[in-house]
Amino acid sequence: MAEAAIELIGINKSFGAVRANRDIALEVPRGTIHGIIGENGAGKSTLMSILYGFYQADSGEIRVNGKPTAIKTPNDAIAVGIGMVHQHFMLVENFTVLENVILGAEGEPLLKKSIAKARSELQRLEREYGLEVDPDAIIEELPVGLQQRVEILKALYRGAEILILDEPTGVLTPAEADHLFRILQQLKDQGKTVVLITHKLREIMAITDNVSVMRQGTMVATRKTSETTVEELAELMVGRRVLLRVEKGDANPGDVKLLVKNLTVKDSRGVTMVDDVSFDVRAGEIVGIAGVAGNGQSELLEAISGIRKAVSGTVLLDNKAIDVTGNADPAELRDRGLAHVPEDRHHVGLVLSFEENENSILGYHDKPQYLKGPFLNLDAIQKDAQDKIAKYDIRPANPRLKTANFSGGNQQKIVLAREIEQDPGVLIVGQPTRGVDVGAIEFIHKRLIAMRDQGKAVLLVSVELDEIRSLSDRILVMFAGRIVGERGPEASEGEIGLLMAGVERKEAAE
Amino acid sequence: MEFVDALINILNSTIRVSVPLLLACLAGLYSERSGVFDIGLEGKMLAGAFAGAAAAAVFASAWIGLLVAMLVSVGMALVHGFASITHRGNQIVSGVAINFIAAGSTIILGQAWFQQGGRTPSLPPEARFGAINLPGADALRDVPVIGQIYSGLLSGHSLLTYVAFLAVPFTWWVLFRTRFGLRLRAVGENPAAVDTAGISVAWLRYRAVICTGILTGMAGSYMALAQNAGFVKDMTAGRGYIALAALIFAKWRPVPAMFACLLFGFLDALAIRLQGTPLPVIGKVPVQFMQALPYVLTVILLAGFIGKAIPPRAGGVPYVKER
Repeated sequence: MAEAAIELIGINKSFGAVRANRDIALEVPRGTIHGIIGENGAGKSTLMSILYGFYQADSGEIRVNGKPTAIKTPNDAIAVGIGMVHQHFMLVENFTVLENVILGAEGEPLLKKSIAKARSELQRLEREYGLEVDPDAIIEELPVGLQQRVEILKALYRGAEILILDEPTGVLTPAEADHLFRILQQLKDQGKTVVLITHKLREIMAITDNVSVMRQGTMVATRKTSETTVEELAELMVGRRVLLRVEKGDANPGDVKLLVKNLTVKDSRGVTMVDDVSFDVRAGEIVGIAGVAGNGQSELLEAISGIRKAVSGTVLLDNKAIDVTGNADPAELRDRGLAHVPEDRHHVGLVLSFEENENSILGYHDKPQYLKGPFLNLDAIQKDAQDKIAKYDIRPANPRLKTANFSGGNQQKIVLAREIEQDPGVLIVGQPTRGVDVGAIEFIHKRLIAMRDQGKAVLLVSVELDEIRSLSDRILVMFAGRIVGERGPEASEGEIGLLMAGVERKEAAE
Repeated sequence: MEFVDALINILNSTIRVSVPLLLACLAGLYSERSGVFDIGLEGKMLAGAFAGAAAAAVFASAWIGLLVAMLVSVGMALVHGFASITHRGNQIVSGVAINFIAAGSTIILGQAWFQQGGRTPSLPPEARFGAINLPGADALRDVPVIGQIYSGLLSGHSLLTYVAFLAVPFTWWVLFRTRFGLRLRAVGENPAAVDTAGISVAWLRYRAVICTGILTGMAGSYMALAQNAGFVKDMTAGRGYIALAALIFAKWRPVPAMFACLLFGFLDALAIRLQGTPLPVIGKVPVQFMQALPYVLTVILLAGFIGKAIPPRAGGVPYVKER
């Protein structure tokens, strides 16, 4: 093993009563790509924030290149050659690439010289690592993949020898992620050390040399990537065996429950987001809509569920029209048996400052079982919430707790329980497992399959291609607002990936 | 030639009326660009005017007056900073509090110190900033148009007037050509980016509010030591708010800020000029209407003519390190 670039010894960190990191030991050899994997809340990000000087460890030692180093602020980290690419980019959106790169590393009080210096330095980095980006472009006009590149450039410009990336692929398309991995490989070839934090097992297997697994604030194992398997890592992460493949029988499609015909939707700027889309969903099947985020899936879901007005087209629920171009009322749709698990649970699905029991009936609160005359029947609501908590294994099992205090996975279960337990005929689900940990993903997938097996129609939208492929009975691919293809669940990832990138349309034209 | 005279007259008073607006507007620009909203410009101006007039009266020196005005104003800016940067309080509430404190304490202290019903003693010429005649102004007075503009419009203002207009290109230069300016703009847009770049968000914002204090102190001094000869209660009369409106109108940019202030100043000057003058067609208009006109136009302009003004994205939001 090469000399260690980073050594962490006995790191402890608590936030109040929560012990985010306990007695962490970690050794990252120089010139390698080291993965750190764990569920949400396992303490990965905290550990890296300690290394970057954002927080300070309560106890423990950090050694950089063999020397004990005190890292009290990000400045200290930068000084010893540690750079970080944050999950949420730390960029000033209306600044140019150059301005962002020099921010904090200007060197002198006047900008002229530092900008000129940065310009030539960027050209050098571009040549060396293939990190092309227009130095005068405004950040907010760049696609996320390029914004991320600017973050990497920022770190390299400050002379980073050790680069930490926190969940770098969460916002990227598969193609952008591949490009990122090529860049990381190149950085490694030039002798840089890369630490990659992620909860996606596939990325770990694809690119890392070594992998460390965290669970509940402790470092449970470190493996050579070539000597481990996805199954072993998943088990280490969760602490028990996990079924990564969803087991399901054949679909048994019945009548058409939801029929969408020539639906066109524009967004608030007047851009056509859904363009003449038609499909149906039958009882007893899951129809998955695959696509890179931003290709109209969100607007499609919003139009069908009555949140956003469509420009034209018809939608039939149980052969009766939904007034999608007029005043479709989500409450009325719920009464007609159409339940909706929105993509964005924080802003649309839940009121985070409400108690759990309030969220677990929200939208159904005027049903007679929750009412006592004109008032809410608080006892019945509590009882109902308790039942759902037991059935969906929502933790902590406290219906009076503020919803914001539940983890992402448990919040998602609250939404699912609310919608599924009303026994709808059609369930529309957007991004059911975004920001949800592995254990809860398994549970949510099982529930969706169970819905299907009870003869419900399920429309699933997800940007996770794996999820679409393992759950769906039919896969529709959306690109630039249109449905560009339909495939069965046996279709290969590559085939669907090409459709998602809009490739087939060009071929068809040739 | 009478028309040119009248025009120069109006433009001249436009400049006079615009100066406190401009200084306050640039003051607000520093603070708000750094992400600290400041509705307390009015209060800081008023406190500056009072402190400046009081010190100038006691020490018989305009310069000491200016210095004390800036100190007091910076002090109040730091109070606002302490509440909204260090303690992450609500910036609107803190700003309004500053305004109330200034409105009340200037009268109480003025009465306690000078017993003139909240006024400060009338200042002799040497304790004020007098008019500066630019070289050759008198000689050129009779040259048509150019000479008139030079001697009637550009010459004959107080030192603070020239400082105010020079502060516009200076602010632009600071904002877009210096390290401090780059960081200032960055911290108002995304403080987390500044923090992770190893720069202290709090210290940067404190420096911004200190700039604000210095400029509002000047604005107050101009009113008490140049435009008038002493402090009168509530003498800022809402100019701090108009300056804020001009700042939004200018979309937080220095050169447009100058034009916005000149426009508001022009409306004000026009209203003064037209008071009691019968207008063609309409006839005589009540004084109150003419006085209200600038404010009415302000509302209309702000509501309909500026398009979308996007404030600094982190404006009004205290910075908390995320967990």
